[in-house]
Amino acid sequence: MTPDMNQSIPQDTAGDSPVTQSQADAVKLKARNVKVFYGEKQALFDVNLDIKANEVTSLIGPSGCGKSTFLRSLNRMNDTIDICRVEGEISLDGQDIYDKNIDVVHLRARVGMVFQKPNPFPKSIFDNVAYGPRIHGLTNSNSELEGIVQTALEKAGLWNEVKDRLDQPGTGLSGGQQQRLCIARAVAVSPEVILMDEPCSALDPIATAKIEELIDELRENFTIVIVTHSMQQAARVSQRTAFFHLGYLVEEDDTEKMFTNPTDERTQGYITGRFG
Amino acid sequence: MTDAAPIMNGPANGSLATRNSNDAVSRGLKRRYAAERRFKAYGILAIAFAMGMLGLLFTTIVSKAIPAFTQTMINLEITLYPQDIDPAGTRERQTLSSANYRKVIRQAFYDLFPDVTSRRDRRELFDMISPGAVYEIRDMVMANPNLIGERVVVQMPMSDDIDQLNKGQIRKDSPETERRVKDKQIAWFERLENRGLVETVFNTTFFTAGDSREPELAGIFGAAMGSLFTMLVTLLVSFPLAVASAIYLEEFAPVNKWTQTIEVNINNLAAVPSIVFGLLGLAVFINFFGMPRSAPVVGGLVLALMTLPTIIIAARSALKSVPPSIREAAYGLGASPLQVITHHVLPLAMPGILTGTIIGMAQALGETAPLLMIGMVAFIVDVPHGALDPATVLPVQIYLWADSPERAFVERTSAAICVLLAFLVIMNVGAVFLRKRFERKW
Repeated sequence: MTPDMNQSIPQDTAGDSPVTQSQADAVKLKARNVKVFYGEKQALFDVNLDIKANEVTSLIGPSGCGKSTFLRSLNRMNDTIDICRVEGEISLDGQDIYDKNIDVVHLRARVGMVFQKPNPFPKSIFDNVAYGPRIHGLTNSNSELEGIVQTALEKAGLWNEVKDRLDQPGTGLSGGQQQRLCIARAVAVSPEVILMDEPCSALDPIATAKIEELIDELRENFTIVIVTHSMQQAARVSQRTAFFHLGYLVEEDDTEKMFTNPTDERTQGYITGRFG
Repeated sequence: MTDAAPIMNGPANGSLATRNSNDAVSRGLKRRYAAERRFKAYGILAIAFAMGMLGLLFTTIVSKAIPAFTQTMINLEITLYPQDIDPAGTRERQTLSSANYRKVIRQAFYDLFPDVTSRRDRRELFDMISPGAVYEIRDMVMANPNLIGERVVVQMPMSDDIDQLNKGQIRKDSPETERRVKDKQIAWFERLENRGLVETVFNTTFFTAGDSREPELAGIFGAAMGSLFTMLVTLLVSFPLAVASAIYLEEFAPVNKWTQTIEVNINNLAAVPSIVFGLLGLAVFINFFGMPRSAPVVGGLVLALMTLPTIIIAARSALKSVPPSIREAAYGLGASPLQVITHHVLPLAMPGILTGTIIGMAQALGETAPLLMIGMVAFIVDVPHGALDPATVLPVQIYLWADSPERAFVERTSAAICVLLAFLVIMNVGAVFLRKRFERKW
C-alpha cells in the first residue's frame, strides 16, 4: 500500500464526524441496552458493548445466539425485515443511529457491510466497485472514479489479479476473489466502520487466510466488526472479542484474555468446544 | 486407521438385519426404476399426443388455407372509349371517378362471346367477373387519364364462384342445382381458359385489403392493422401499470388487510371471464367516457384490463425470485429502496416480467368476446390508420368470415388463422429476443 491511497478516497463524504484514524482508543460504536425483537420473539437482551475505532472486534457464539442480529442492527440492515424491532441505543460517534433525523442511506454509507456469501452484482468488476461511489455521487469525473476503484481494489488486495479484466463479470471470479471484491465494494464508499458477517464461511482455507490478512491491513483505516464461527479466526484477527449466548452478551474483553482466561464459565465452555 | 476399520468392515460382515435390508433395498430398486421408466413413458406419450394434435391442427389449417393465397384472374382486352368515360373531355377527377366503367368492361366481355345474346345469359356471363374489376379500371384511369381512348389489357379478378370452380372446390360433375355455377358458365369459363385468358396469380388483395362482402376482394390487412393498434394500446397501458403495481405490492406495500384484499382480488380478476371485461368497457369507456365505438383504443383498454392481473402475477413472482443477497448487497452500500429496485431487482426480474407480458399479450391477441361487446365486430371495409379509426381484429375477422355463407370464405378463414398464428409467432420470437438481451448469463 502506498501512503497516498487514503487521500484519494474522499474521507469527508461520510458526514461531519471527525476522521477517526488518529483516535486509536476512541469508542466508535456504543451499544446500550440493545434489545431486538422479531415479532413477539426477543432475539437480543440488553446488550452493552463498546466498539473501539481502528480495532477488529469479533463477535462469537453458537448459532442463533444473536451475534448476526446485533451486527445487522449496527447499520440498520434489520430495517429491511418488517417484523424486526430494535430498542435501546446504538450510537456512532456519539450520535444515536436510530434517531429520527438519521438517514439510513447516509448511515450505511458510513457503516459498510460484507456478507456471509460473496454477493457481487451481476455486473463488471469495475461497476461492482464503482456502484457505491456512483450512487452517493462521490465523484463526477471518470478519472477520479477510476482512481477510487483502483484504490479500493488495491486495499482489498485484488488489484493485481483483476487489473487487466475490470470489464469482466464480477461473478466470474473465484469465491475468495468474489469476497474480496465485495470488500473492495464496501471500501470504495470509504465508510468508517465495516461490518463482516462470517465473511470466510463459504471460502476455502487459502482464500480465508488472504481475507484474514486483509482484515488486519484494513484495521489501519477502518473500524471492523466481524461475526465468525471460527474461534481460531477470532483469535487471529481480532483485538477484542465478544461472546454471545442465547441473546445475551456474556462476556467481552481483549481477545487474548478471552481465549486464555475467560471470566464466565459459559465462555470457557464454548471456546474449549464443550458446546456450540 | 484403527478407528476407521470397524466402519469399513461394517457392511461386509454385518448382521442378518443388514443383509435383509440390503435385499429389501435391491428388491425395491427394481420397483423404483420401473416406476421411473413408466413415468418417462407417460411423459413421452403425453408430449407425442400434444405434438400430434398440434401437427394435425397445423396441417388442416395450412392445407385449407393454401388455396386462399391464389386468385383466378382474367386478362381482358378493353377499349377505353372516351364517350363512355369522359364524353366532355374535361379529364376532371369527379367525372373520371363516377364514370360508368361497368359498361366498358361489359362491352369488352360481351365482345368475347358474340354468341351470347339473351339478356339473362348476358347477366350470368357478366357475373363471372368480380364487381371489384370496376374499381381496378377506375384506379388505372384515374392514375393515368392518358389511357382514355387506348386499348389496354387489364388483369382483373374473376368472381369467387368461378375462382372456386377453377380451384376445384366446386365440382363440375355435381348436379347443376347443387352448385352455385351454372353449366353454361362452366362452358364459358372453359372457352376463356382455352383462349389463354385465365391466369392464377398470387392473391395480393388478401394481404393488402380490408374486409369485403365479395370474398375475392376481401383482405386481412384491415384486421391485422386493427390487431396491431389494439395490441399497442394494450401493451402501452398494461405493461407500465402492471410493473408499477407489482413493484409496489412486492417491495413497498406493508402486509395488512388492505394489501391482502388487493392481492386476493388480483388473483380473482385473472379468472374473470373475458366477456365481463367487454361489458365493463362498454359501460365505462363508451357509455360513460364517450369514447368511440369499434375503436382499437377502447379494445386495447379493455384487453389491458384483462391482461393486467396476468402480468402483475408474473411480475411479482419474478421480483420475488431475485436473490435476497443482491438486495442486501445494494442496501449494505447505502442504496435507497428505489435504487435497489431500479438498479438491481428490476433488471434481474425483467426476463420473467417479459415472459408474463408475452403470455398476457398472446391471450389478448386471441381474444374475441370482450371486443364483440364494444363493437369491434362491425363490418369495416377501410384499413384503420390509427387507434381511433373503426377497426376489427384478427380473431373477430376469423369469426366473421367463418360465419359467411360464401364457399370462398372457408379458405380465407383458414388463411386468416394462419396470419393470426404468424402474428403470435412473431410476438414470441420478439419476446425471446428481448429476454435474451435482458438475461445476464454471469
